[in-house]
Amino acid sequence: MSTFTNIGAIVRKEWQHYFGSPIAYVALFTWNLLFSVFFLFALTYFIEASMNPGGGPGGPPKPNINEWIFRPTLMNMAVVALFVTPMLTMRLFAEEQRQGTWELLATSAITDWQIVLGKFFGAVSVYAFMIATSLLNFAVVFVYADPKPEWKPVLTGALALLLMGSCFIALGGFLSTLTKNQIVAGILSFCLFLAIWTLSWLDNPMASGPVKVLAYLGVTTHMDDMVKGVLDTKDIVFYLSFIGFGLFLTQQSVESRRWRE
Amino acid sequence: MIEVADLRKSYGRFDAVSGVSFTVGKGEILGFLGPNGAGKTTTMRILTGYMPATSGKASVAGFDVFASPLEAKKNVGYLPETPPVYPDLDVASYLDFCARIKGVPSADRKAKIDRAIEKARLGDVRHKLIGRLSKGFRQRVGIAQAILADPPVLILDEPTAGLDPQQIIETRDLIKSLGGDHTIILSTHILPEVSMTCNRVVIISKGKVVAEDTPENLTSRLSSKGAVRLEVRADTRDAFDALRDVEGIVTVNPRGSTSHSTVLELMAEEGVDIRAAAARAIVGANIDLLSLSQVSLSLEDVFLELTTKDSVAVSEVAPAKPAIFTPIATIEPPTPPAEEPPVVSSPESKESN
Repeated sequence: MSTFTNIGAIVRKEWQHYFGSPIAYVALFTWNLLFSVFFLFALTYFIEASMNPGGGPGGPPKPNINEWIFRPTLMNMAVVALFVTPMLTMRLFAEEQRQGTWELLATSAITDWQIVLGKFFGAVSVYAFMIATSLLNFAVVFVYADPKPEWKPVLTGALALLLMGSCFIALGGFLSTLTKNQIVAGILSFCLFLAIWTLSWLDNPMASGPVKVLAYLGVTTHMDDMVKGVLDTKDIVFYLSFIGFGLFLTQQSVESRRWRE
Repeated sequence: MIEVADLRKSYGRFDAVSGVSFTVGKGEILGFLGPNGAGKTTTMRILTGYMPATSGKASVAGFDVFASPLEAKKNVGYLPETPPVYPDLDVASYLDFCARIKGVPSADRKAKIDRAIEKARLGDVRHKLIGRLSKGFRQRVGIAQAILADPPVLILDEPTAGLDPQQIIETRDLIKSLGGDHTIILSTHILPEVSMTCNRVVIISKGKVVAEDTPENLTSRLSSKGAVRLEVRADTRDAFDALRDVEGIVTVNPRGSTSHSTVLELMAEEGVDIRAAAARAIVGANIDLLSLSQVSLSLEDVFLELTTKDSVAVSEVAPAKPAIFTPIATIEPPTPPAEEPPVVSSPESKESN
């Protein structure tokens, strides 16, 4: 019971930090601005494509809203997550260390795991809030489009975006434990996320064994099916184990710091 | 309430704490004295569960801090050297957060926060951002955080550092009022602070306990060894000559001089008041006595006294008369080094040049 109260207390405090400082607003603004831009581009292409004659026998199939608007927008946002998530994670542990407030956390009746999980869920919940606000853009399509687009792929796509970002957040939290300087933590995170993202470029059917393994680790690779509306257990398992690994590293780093101090 | 036995903390080859042992009874206020780097903060951090010790035992309120850290932490309120506050939270929400992670039940939360705010006199700044508060107020927020959950043990690392005199007095009163119900360890550099607030003192130096006593015993032991400071209108040599035959003086140390006067510091034998005799001797030698005052020993002297064993040995062993004039050697030009036979350079070395 006290486990949940403790984690909840940390989540609450992280929200106070995020929304008591410009960070949350900058992240929300950037995210929503880029989301609308990508959405607007996709919408324009879609409208142009639907104006073209076609859809007859032998011609190209009629453009589908899910395929033409929702999917590219969500895939583009995965790239935006690369540089928005470091904003959320860079100060998580670095700032506690610099301010000396780590001493408060470390000497209160709360375990390292509760702190790590509280901070992770604090950042993830802000990120989820960002995704939720941006999805409102799609509402306009659901209101005016005829026939109505499918809503299930939008949900699985948003889930994919959430899980993928959570991987970055778990890893970014770990990097934040390594330094007292949040800028250093932020830059390190961004570089690492970029490197992980490029791994997905290696993904092609002709790839050999080791290259396949690397491509498998590229977190965006596992978004493809989910954004199409296919919820596959192996992708979910991949994301959850990636997150678990990141949190494990974070907890280990926090604990080893006690012995190094 | 607090038991520490043979506590050690090593960093590689360096021992920050090497074999510290002490106990603190219920309701006692223990003063923890020591110079910077003596191991005070390290000992306190081990007691609060912030870091593990290399070896030894420490228990708080019956809970071993290594075996059952969470129970031990629940019984300790800790104020670190720098108050652990979030500048972007206001005082009330900061304390609310602290209450949550310290396991204060939600029903008691508001009452405990109000009590801590009242005790630390934070009522006026309750809704201000901590980042906007002065150093003194932040320190008080730190104290409020420590006493928030009303733990039986309080560990305060330099609670009065950085406060103005008024705040120092208030903080001391607060600490005194907390004694009795709480067992307190507080660390400080300031000796009078200890005698005002503490029942017992542990002096720690280079990671070891060098003295443990009541403040009364400690100060009386020191004042009997107090020095006397003289300002005279004469040069150092004349003043030394005048003081040569005074009974009870152990050493005379020059403490600087101007063209008009010389300042000397006299160390007396234990329990001997030399002020009258010294004054008579100076005046008797037809030297103008400008001032005479008792110098109370500062904490630095206490440490010199307690930590450097050689100095104690010298003052106990040294014969009175010649010892008086030992310091003057530092003023006089150093005697030329004894004649050494000139080094005859060997022909070989010349050739090699």
